[in-house]
Amino acid sequence: MAPEIESDRAELDINDDYKYGFHDPEKAVFKSQKGINHELLDQMSDMKDEPDWMRQFRHDSLNTFLAKPMPRWGNVDLLNSIDFDDIYYYLKPVEEQGRTWDDVPEDIKNTFDKLGIPEAERKFLAGVSAQYESEVVYHSLQEELEKQGVVFLSMDDGLKQHEDLVKKHWATVIPPADNKFAALNSAVWSGGSFVYVPPGIEVAIPLQAYFRINAENMGQFERTLLIADEGSRVHYIEGCTAPTYVSDSLHSAVVELVALPGSHLRYTTIQNWSKNVYNLVTKRAIAHENATVEWVDGNLGSKLTMKFPCVYLVGEGAHGEILSIAFANEGQHQDAGAKMIHAAPKTTSRITSKSISKGGGRASYRGMVKVYPGAVGSKVHVECDALLMGEDSRSDTYPTMEIAEDRVQVEHEARVSKIGDEQLFYLMSRGLSEEEALVMVVNGFIEPFVKELPMEYAVELNRLIQLEMEGSVG
Amino acid sequence: MSDSNQPLLEVKNLRVAIEGKEILRGVDLVINPGEIHAVMGRNGSGKSTMAYVLMGHPHYEVLEGSVLYKGQDLLELDTDERARLGMFLAFQYPMAIPGVTVAKFLHSALKAHSESGEVAVRDFRTSLKGAMELLGVDSTFANRYVNDGFSGGEKKRLEILQMFMLEPGLCVLDETDSGLDIDALKTVAEGVNAMRSEDRSMLMITHYQRLLNYVTPDVVHVMMDGRIVRTGGIELAETLEERGYEWLEEEMFAAAEGNEGVSAKA
Repeated sequence: MAPEIESDRAELDINDDYKYGFHDPEKAVFKSQKGINHELLDQMSDMKDEPDWMRQFRHDSLNTFLAKPMPRWGNVDLLNSIDFDDIYYYLKPVEEQGRTWDDVPEDIKNTFDKLGIPEAERKFLAGVSAQYESEVVYHSLQEELEKQGVVFLSMDDGLKQHEDLVKKHWATVIPPADNKFAALNSAVWSGGSFVYVPPGIEVAIPLQAYFRINAENMGQFERTLLIADEGSRVHYIEGCTAPTYVSDSLHSAVVELVALPGSHLRYTTIQNWSKNVYNLVTKRAIAHENATVEWVDGNLGSKLTMKFPCVYLVGEGAHGEILSIAFANEGQHQDAGAKMIHAAPKTTSRITSKSISKGGGRASYRGMVKVYPGAVGSKVHVECDALLMGEDSRSDTYPTMEIAEDRVQVEHEARVSKIGDEQLFYLMSRGLSEEEALVMVVNGFIEPFVKELPMEYAVELNRLIQLEMEGSVG
Repeated sequence: MSDSNQPLLEVKNLRVAIEGKEILRGVDLVINPGEIHAVMGRNGSGKSTMAYVLMGHPHYEVLEGSVLYKGQDLLELDTDERARLGMFLAFQYPMAIPGVTVAKFLHSALKAHSESGEVAVRDFRTSLKGAMELLGVDSTFANRYVNDGFSGGEKKRLEILQMFMLEPGLCVLDETDSGLDIDALKTVAEGVNAMRSEDRSMLMITHYQRLLNYVTPDVVHVMMDGRIVRTGGIELAETLEERGYEWLEEEMFAAAEGNEGVSAKA
């Protein structure tokens, strides 16, 4: 048999800077005052014509947010430097959501063109949602999926058109009181996606949502709820970028996944915020009997990311998988990790975390595995790999394991490595420059992650890594 | 490019240290185009150091001497520049690059060697397939991660495969025969023989005569204590095989004493 030879996925294409750092002139149809208060919430609820329970939910959540102290763990200094009064919480860019790209204002359309979204949609996506500031400005779903009863809407439209379904699951996975930023999101949420896949339906190609912040000092608080009904299958991908500004922006999303019995739900993120964005996100899934939830989570950009995707394995035989990479470059702290909660027998989980710290960047792995009594026959596998480049780069690991059941199998491996001179010498002896050699080792390091991505994303990720690696040879 | 009388490699009075300890203590070596040289010697005699220094390993410090490749000063160049000039080192202990497939690695290396920086995927596949068939390398090799979990024999086969694909002007083989079973040794030898040509030279560093049974060198050197102490033909290797290194050491020792005696009298 002829050998299957894998060719290069990423062609080397070197750019000078963060490619997505451009911004458009602001032409919002509504922009709130800076700061957060109850009037703003009423304003938003009025504009969105929301049911009373949602209005009340916002107000209650704001009270929770105001009452809750800032987390006293993680990068406390950076967290405390966030000025909540200096943020625009709601910015409505357009009057109406577009059904075709022609409906989207020229500036915004151009932005998404530059980000390659319409092209990706034509080529390999089943549905696309594009959020600009606080609202989804474009939305599409393949007709065939629509006929099968698949729902893929902006969260606002989901609430309007499927209120009962939304209400049934809303904030059941992540209650507002979960943490300060979940409470903030619950108060001022806008945009995000609502996905429902009916029983037995398999969505063969991915749905994608793209989040773009454009305005300075903007806060983006999208809210996403995905429900995979029994025996269904879906893959959802999100990407995000923002312009490079001197002052900081805040992105604080809440993502709730409900995987009903026997379903398979995969959620892939390629986060590439500019390096002035605080990315403080709560992501959690509930996996029922024999359901599988996979978080594939790539974190490159941002100033500070705190993100710990979680799976509650509540039904027998449920399986959770979290595969993440974090790339912390100069001036960045990637505080990423994973949580697995085993609350039923024969549940299995696997956490694979890979981090790269370079040029003084800091990557932390913060993990929690909890096995409740009675989760007999469960299996846990945790693997953390850190790659350190440069003298002042930093990598920390904070793994927590609470195992309250004896009849389980738990494995944990952690490794920290540096790129060795011998490895570089070997690659350079084959003609690769030092920088090419470094990029190759790093791309190899994250290969277990990259190979889980659709081809187009793999290419993009390899290219982003290439950009991050520029100037690594002093 | 170079006149026909110019040696391919010319090493003069090369002195090299690592961590302050002098390992090469004045090596002279001339390799002409098309020649196969063998350097033999005991462990610790400086053979592998010579291989590393020729390729520009960053841990070694050149104290004195010169190395010219096609008349160009190699010591001025970084490792990757030497590689692109036509130098190749088959490693004694090749490094693993987890997550990088052999195919991707080789394609990148070939692109680095090409003037345009490009090698069409189709051409690459064809030549890789051909090389693997010729060297009897299993086709699954291409999609495995470079040296990751490879057996000793597989690693050496991969070194030869790389050498074959990159078509270097000077192949330095650092103990490529060590730790190989007879089949792997034959693969290596076949690869080396298949690559013999008028304008390609080889420098085989070896501890034993084993490889030399399959690849006949034009010149054999013996290295001892950081110097090349004897140069001859294949018969020198045969003598070493029969008598070991002791006779040579004794001869050297006697000569040194003799010299001392002479200088004492003078």
